[in-house]
Amino acid sequence: MPAVRFGLLLVGALAALAPFYYMVVGALQEQRDASPLGLLPRPGNLTLANFAEINASVDLLRSLLNSVVMTAGVVGCTLVFGLLVGYALAVLSFRGQGLVFALVLLVQAIPFQLLMVPLYVMVVRYFGLADTYTGMVLPFAINSVAVLIFRQYFVQIPRDVFDAARLDGAGELRILRSIAVPLVRPAVLTAMLVTFIGPWNEFLWPFLITKQPDMQPLAVSLANFSQTNGILLQNPVGAVLAGACVLAVPVVLLFVLFQRQFTSADLGSSVKG
Amino acid sequence: MRTERSTPPRSGPLAEARPHVEGTSPGATSAELPPTTGPTTGPTTGPSAPPPRRLPRGRRLQRWLGENPLGVVLSAPYVAFVVVVFLVPFGFGLWMSVHDFFFTAPGVAVPHPFVGAENFREVLSDPLVRQAFLNLLVYLVINIPLTLALGLALATALQAVVRGRTSFRVAYYIPYVTASVATLAVWIFAFSGNGVVNSLLGGLSPEPSWLANRSLIMPLIAVYVTWKNLGFFVLLLVAGLHNIPTERYEAASIDGANAWQRFRDVTLPGLRPVISLVVLLSIIITGQLFTEPYLLTGGGPDGASMTPALLMYQEGIQQGKPDVAAAVGVLLVLGVMVLALLSRRVTERES
Repeated sequence: MPAVRFGLLLVGALAALAPFYYMVVGALQEQRDASPLGLLPRPGNLTLANFAEINASVDLLRSLLNSVVMTAGVVGCTLVFGLLVGYALAVLSFRGQGLVFALVLLVQAIPFQLLMVPLYVMVVRYFGLADTYTGMVLPFAINSVAVLIFRQYFVQIPRDVFDAARLDGAGELRILRSIAVPLVRPAVLTAMLVTFIGPWNEFLWPFLITKQPDMQPLAVSLANFSQTNGILLQNPVGAVLAGACVLAVPVVLLFVLFQRQFTSADLGSSVKG
Repeated sequence: MRTERSTPPRSGPLAEARPHVEGTSPGATSAELPPTTGPTTGPTTGPSAPPPRRLPRGRRLQRWLGENPLGVVLSAPYVAFVVVVFLVPFGFGLWMSVHDFFFTAPGVAVPHPFVGAENFREVLSDPLVRQAFLNLLVYLVINIPLTLALGLALATALQAVVRGRTSFRVAYYIPYVTASVATLAVWIFAFSGNGVVNSLLGGLSPEPSWLANRSLIMPLIAVYVTWKNLGFFVLLLVAGLHNIPTERYEAASIDGANAWQRFRDVTLPGLRPVISLVVLLSIIITGQLFTEPYLLTGGGPDGASMTPALLMYQEGIQQGKPDVAAAVGVLLVLGVMVLALLSRRVTERES
């Protein structure tokens, strides 16, 4: 029985990881080899040329830069404004507090499908933010899951800590910066990681609002490349897979390095609500 | 950093003055008083409290705003964000679906007359829309049982195994954190007509091939999404397993239950809330299917992998009929809500 169990888990892990293995193998093939033998890296057919090809076709660095700017914008806004509202919800007491907390929960229930078209009309037509970083960041600017994580951790700090700081004459912003945030550093890391994945992987929204190639994040430029002009290259599939590696590696690395932070709080917030 | 001084801080003198104010003016509530500072500091600073008369206007405003009016300021950016990005578009989308709305050149004001159910009538009479919703049903029938079966199998096995638990969890979770655009590239590579899957299958490979096959494309998308999200659901189920008291398993063993009976009579009932959540989240994910059909097939062949979200993009933004797209969105949200309610009924009743 234990052997069967272990076998099952192993098969599951292989199934989960096999496409990633094939992604790397395919990205390194000089000639596309779709035969079963092509599943193994063959020394004579290995090359880094696909990375050069995709770089020549979509300007990899520029796309990566756009991805980084969009992601950094979201993570930055979430850190600044999310910590502020998380602190207000957990530590302060003010009129409308219940309403603000209700909003944090409500936002998770509003389906994006309904927002897609009106948000596009507003951001592109009314705000004129097509092909801008602001427009890309706006819908994700403050991650509500991160707000919940911040609040959850601030609530766990004993009230006496805050009262003592206030008696010493510290203002709330100073308490937040010098006492509360250092105390919840693990929560800040977790929230940053959880927030990072969304905009880095996001396809639909930046795809809708960026038409200029030099403003598109990597996910969008890669998708556009795979949809249109791959035929001219010697190994277009290999080039797409090379781009896929570049897109996937940062997130997979971050996840493997910090997997503890991902799994604990991500789960806590979604199971316990 | 100046603001922390200029806003009325809830520092010593103000907080300590409260006991006196509270006793004489009827409006104040004792709830505003922090329990720890009040009793200790109140008596010592009593003499410096203001005379018990009407409060100045600023103080009354502060009392109306609550103990820490600063909280309003700190919450303001988030509230503004939610209003601009969620509440206004939500209302705008509903409004759009019952009006004649179309794109105009910037600065041109044109009337958008109320048309009632006209957009919905157009949507419902479109066979492509009906097919898009039917495709989602095909997808759901495969995706949910597959997710539950694989998720339960892996989660219970993971729970029982001692070594390598973390590595397995990491492996399962990696597809979930990776961009769809990246993983779909591999699926296109593997499932294209002359891809490795067909060359492995040889004579058994389907005709027409996977991505061009009307009856295989939605199942393929369902399997892809199951594969991508399974790790997340396994984690949810493992967390649910942790919450089942071990005494129940011991009691079942004493009663002579075998492994299958323990799973059926202890594990499944104990996991019911989490299973309910897994089904609910799967339904919500279903409504958002866009990237997979867009990249794999563009909705084809012949609408066989069209989804409502992809249709909304094509009609609303490519063809310039945002009002029709908004109507599709409203129908989609209603459909997802109905399915979610139905699934709650089913998952909470079964026993």
